[in-house]
Amino acid sequence: MTTQSDAHRVVQAFRRQRYNLADLALVLAAALTLLFGEYYLALAAFVVIMAIFALSLDLAQGYGGIESLGHAAFFGVGAYAAALYALHFSSEPVSGLLVAAVAAGVVGLVSGFAVLRTQGLTQLMLTLAIATLLYELANVAKAITNGDDGLSGYDVAPVFGLFQFDIYGYTGFVYAFVVLVLVYALLKKLVNSSIGQTAQGIRENQTRMRMLGVPVERRLWVLYTISAALAGVAGGLSAQINRIVGLDSLAFTLSANVVVMLALGGTGRLYGALFGAILFVVLSDRAAAIDPTNWLAVLGVVLILIVRYAPDGLAGFVARWSAKRGQK
Amino acid sequence: MPNALSTFLTLTIDGVSYGMMLFLISVGLTITLGVMRVVNLTHSAFAMIGGFITLWLMKSAGMHFFVALPVGVLATMALSLVLERTLYQWVYKCDPLGQLLMTIGMTFVVTAVVKNLAGPQIQSIVLPEALLGQWSVMGLNISVYRVFVLGLSVAVAGALWLCLEYTTFGARLRAAVDNPRMARCVGINVPLVFSITFAIGCGLAALGGAVGTQMLPLEPYYGLKYLVLVLIVVAVGGLGSLKGSLYSALLLGFIDTMGRYYIPALGGFIIYLAVLAILLVRPRGLVGRIG
Repeated sequence: MTTQSDAHRVVQAFRRQRYNLADLALVLAAALTLLFGEYYLALAAFVVIMAIFALSLDLAQGYGGIESLGHAAFFGVGAYAAALYALHFSSEPVSGLLVAAVAAGVVGLVSGFAVLRTQGLTQLMLTLAIATLLYELANVAKAITNGDDGLSGYDVAPVFGLFQFDIYGYTGFVYAFVVLVLVYALLKKLVNSSIGQTAQGIRENQTRMRMLGVPVERRLWVLYTISAALAGVAGGLSAQINRIVGLDSLAFTLSANVVVMLALGGTGRLYGALFGAILFVVLSDRAAAIDPTNWLAVLGVVLILIVRYAPDGLAGFVARWSAKRGQK
Repeated sequence: MPNALSTFLTLTIDGVSYGMMLFLISVGLTITLGVMRVVNLTHSAFAMIGGFITLWLMKSAGMHFFVALPVGVLATMALSLVLERTLYQWVYKCDPLGQLLMTIGMTFVVTAVVKNLAGPQIQSIVLPEALLGQWSVMGLNISVYRVFVLGLSVAVAGALWLCLEYTTFGARLRAAVDNPRMARCVGINVPLVFSITFAIGCGLAALGGAVGTQMLPLEPYYGLKYLVLVLIVVAVGGLGSLKGSLYSALLLGFIDTMGRYYIPALGGFIIYLAVLAILLVRPRGLVGRIG
């Protein structure tokens, strides 16, 4: 077999999973950040973490149609799980991430039982109630979580025993980015698989999918649990890179922020979550440095205008633009 | 009277007055959420606006509390009516998630505006002398302020009930709630009825926000901070049910006050545990009618 057909097969494989130029641009952006943005690596790592978090919400909301105002519950559980694991068991980071994913996944599995029985407003309220419940629980259990002061003072060992976390944040950024790529690839695979396709069907018309013989509840439950586990991974990364976990990782603000990110980027497209996270985190960091109060006003106005004039977000805008270009 | 019992009775009054204030703040939301099917996350911000206008009138214009309070409530109602006729027309056209995002955007804007105008610090309205101090009744120490809040809320809730049951407007609103299309067919101007209801709801929130500053102090982030509380009152009560909101506000106010006193280690945790339990048993709320 010649190398050309090998290359061709690789291209085919990427196409089958519907990777496109936007994905390439994002990898390039990450590489450029690493090369030239040395002062912004901490911010860049935060962008990557939020991107994973937004992706996890996109899976539940954009593909499964499960609306959540309490996704920070899973982020926070993952963060606390990773921190506690590092504090009491082992400082090995990769297993820490797995622990974070499992812990958040279990919370998703259990809370999914309640959340998925409802729809619409009640569902939003229920996710909100669960997240607030966990927030108050973390606040009350000061012996374990250190309450308001935040959990810190744990070590994180080098990744695979090779890459020490450095003060400039190179390792942190690359580590987070590799996790993001893995999560992204997993989600691509998932949403194009039969379970992802049926989930979209359920989102569009639940009754019809039920009649077609799709186990609606079970599919949504699986989806919600995976989404929770991925949010937990994002939380775990945050705990390992920042070396501190505070109550804000469970707070309503974080839940609201991630919903806003997804709205800015566009739901149900995966890369919309990436766009949204980049846009939101970078803008809010820059703007907060200049004028945090008026930034909130600007964000509010932008949010209103986006919902009014571009309800499918930035990604929808790009998709329409490229569709138009394709016609020419 | 035994000490434990008198403590319990005092706490009951505190809990009930707290619950009644929650009812005032959240009753408007149950209408917008349950009847107009609009996720209005700006609702708690109207309580804050009412509180801040009252505060400003007292500070800058030197008005007495009892004058500033109704003026503040009316000003908030006027503002909400303007917003309902303009910005909310966009909100009505969105799906629930879009409504949620748009109204949370509005809350952000309100928060920023208030922070610019009033400063970031926590403030509370200085009560007039008549409301300070305590009454001693049969060995019970009852705060005058709490009784005032309780009495005012009960009066307002009663007036609301009378208005709904016995006036033409109440009949129109009930008709519009039960079946908007049919109400329109018999010549009721449903959007107008809803506009007025929206303004009344915001006015009640403003009243609750202004009188409740000793329990929920004013600050720019009020709208976001207490949003969760207001939402769960509505969710537990059952969307669209005024009675449900009353029950759930009283229940949650009572549970929260008792929980904080008797089991301080658990603090604010108990109320959310109760909410989860209630929503699990009754997903449509205590008096749920629309699922």
